[in-house]
Amino acid sequence: MSLRYLVSRLGQGLIVLWIAFTLSFVLLYWLPGDPVVTMLGAGGELQNIDPAEVDRLRAEFHLDQPLAVQYLYALFGLLRLDFGTSIQTGTPVTEAIAASLPSTIALAALALAIALVAGVVIAVTATLTRRSWLRDTLAALPGLGVALPTFWVGLMLLQVFSFRFPLFPAVGTGTPAAIVLPAVTLAISLSAIIAQVLFRSLQNAWVQPFVTTYTASGYSRLRLLLRQALPVAVLPALTMSGVLFGQALAGSVVVENVFSRQGLGRLAQTAVTSQDIPLVQGIVLFAAAVFVLVNLATDLIYPILDPRLGAANRRSAGTDGANLAEADAQGEGSIPAEADATPGSDATGSGSTESSATGRTDLEGSRA
Amino acid sequence: MSLAFELQKNSHAQAELTAASADEHLDGSGITSTDATPGTPGAAPSNPRVRRGLRIGRLGIVEIIALIVLGLAVLAAFWPSLLTGVDPLTGDPANRLLPPSLEHIFGTDHLGRDLYARTVHGSAQTLSASLAAVLIGVVSGVLVGLISGFFTGVVDAIFMRIIDVLQAVPGLLLSMAVITALGFGTLNVALAVGVAAIPSFARLTRAEVIRWRASEFVRAARADGLSTPSVLARHILPQVRGSIGALVALEFGSAVLSVSALSFLGFGAPPPQPEWGLLVSEGRDFLAAAWWMTTFPGLVVAAVVLAANRLAHVLNSEKEFR
Repeated sequence: MSLRYLVSRLGQGLIVLWIAFTLSFVLLYWLPGDPVVTMLGAGGELQNIDPAEVDRLRAEFHLDQPLAVQYLYALFGLLRLDFGTSIQTGTPVTEAIAASLPSTIALAALALAIALVAGVVIAVTATLTRRSWLRDTLAALPGLGVALPTFWVGLMLLQVFSFRFPLFPAVGTGTPAAIVLPAVTLAISLSAIIAQVLFRSLQNAWVQPFVTTYTASGYSRLRLLLRQALPVAVLPALTMSGVLFGQALAGSVVVENVFSRQGLGRLAQTAVTSQDIPLVQGIVLFAAAVFVLVNLATDLIYPILDPRLGAANRRSAGTDGANLAEADAQGEGSIPAEADATPGSDATGSGSTESSATGRTDLEGSRA
Repeated sequence: MSLAFELQKNSHAQAELTAASADEHLDGSGITSTDATPGTPGAAPSNPRVRRGLRIGRLGIVEIIALIVLGLAVLAAFWPSLLTGVDPLTGDPANRLLPPSLEHIFGTDHLGRDLYARTVHGSAQTLSASLAAVLIGVVSGVLVGLISGFFTGVVDAIFMRIIDVLQAVPGLLLSMAVITALGFGTLNVALAVGVAAIPSFARLTRAEVIRWRASEFVRAARADGLSTPSVLARHILPQVRGSIGALVALEFGSAVLSVSALSFLGFGAPPPQPEWGLLVSEGRDFLAAAWWMTTFPGLVVAAVVLAANRLAHVLNSEKEFR
């Protein structure tokens, strides 16, 4: 992992963020509505507002300038990590996001932890068991998990565990117990993604020649799986982490709404409801930045975890390993594109296809 | 021309051959645990000889249920009066919050409206929005993928960076940003969900185009003097169609989820319009008193998504056999 590689990956990440900023600017600032009117809360009627006040605000937000100048102002603001000011509340967007983050991070972290445990247990048990009914049931669970609407799962859990059996509080962020139901709700779709991807890559690892060799030399199945197959299988699954974080963030919009929690998701929802353009843009860019950073981190960790990449790394570096491992496992007859053409079938609509796509993004990046 | 098509057939025969030999390799290893894994790329082509024989009977009970669910959903969307004669908008206050019974199989809501009728009539909004979303996604995505995959270089780089960005933002947040720009309503929700569906179609199409671009039949077609659009339309698009079909079904399922989530959050049609997400949302205040108000509409959403995903799975394995 050379410094040049690191710099080029960082550069690519920055380009993605710059395009994200430009796209969201074009999308959001070509709006028919007038942000200043929204800001003054006049319900779209200008006559109740002091024209001087309108002009002052317009000048303050550079809205009297041509769009290109507004764009440059915003871009330079972005370089100073200044996302502008929330139209609705008047607080800086960066502050609003920072204030809402801790609650969402706690929620997402707990959900990811639960999802990781559940996903690994499901995938490992499904691979190990010799009972076909158990394997089929477990293999079908991820498909079920991604098909259930998150908002509905949350309400069902509330109904059972807050109203029927009052074990957990229904709303709020006050007590530690209040985070359990939201985290479980969020964890269901996340664990489905983890289980799906891990199960698939365990299946692929399980047919590798080394497994046969170990079986022949008397390794127990459990030990073989945990010690040998799992480390190999985890690698391709690692490329999913960007998607997982994204899912956790997007899921928090729904979960925080259902459980009346404060947080980034709630902030996003109110921002959209009140057409608070700078705030929406800030949150979208924040989500993109998280995705880029997580993928970058994955790319950097990957070669460390996968010694096979040591040589390949010097050549082209990146997450080729995911595709390599998958291609290996599928036998030489298949073409890597085939993996993408098989969109996970039972898996998350977006999740699974994105997973393979993510792998390929990095692949392209490293070759470009 | 004819040579090109001949070659096209040939390359399929070859693909099958390689798939078969890959299987032999698996069988030879003495480990057969792969063929019990639905939806795994490694398992999909497993044992074509055996499964080809069962092909007609391959529609198991689960697939038949899935088709029935989707059929009912289509029926509800286009001819709701066939499934219920009750008006979804007028309620009888005397019958408010009735639990499920033979008369009201999904129960009634806080205004005494029949929940089953509301769910049936809600499918028109939710399903047409989801269908429109997938259409937007498939048309723009395939176009981008075809262009991007066929013309490498600057065009490809620009398109793919934009697709990167669309993928870097989680689907729901992306849709919410589009809604911020366009405003609320079912049509805008459809458009917003459609935009979020573009990347997967674009990437899949691009991968397939790149895969077939250098193949003999495409080169032969070009040597015949066919224009680029003709090559794309006649020789490459047919190759892409199979995988696109499966992805359409899959994306339809996730579009139903996104559309109902956005409508649950209040960005869709305003009440009293029945929309699946909105129905669940209306039941929120009655969680303790009337469990049926949230339970049934949500179950319907889950059933349709599961059925669509199942169909995607079938279509996908169908593609492997072609």
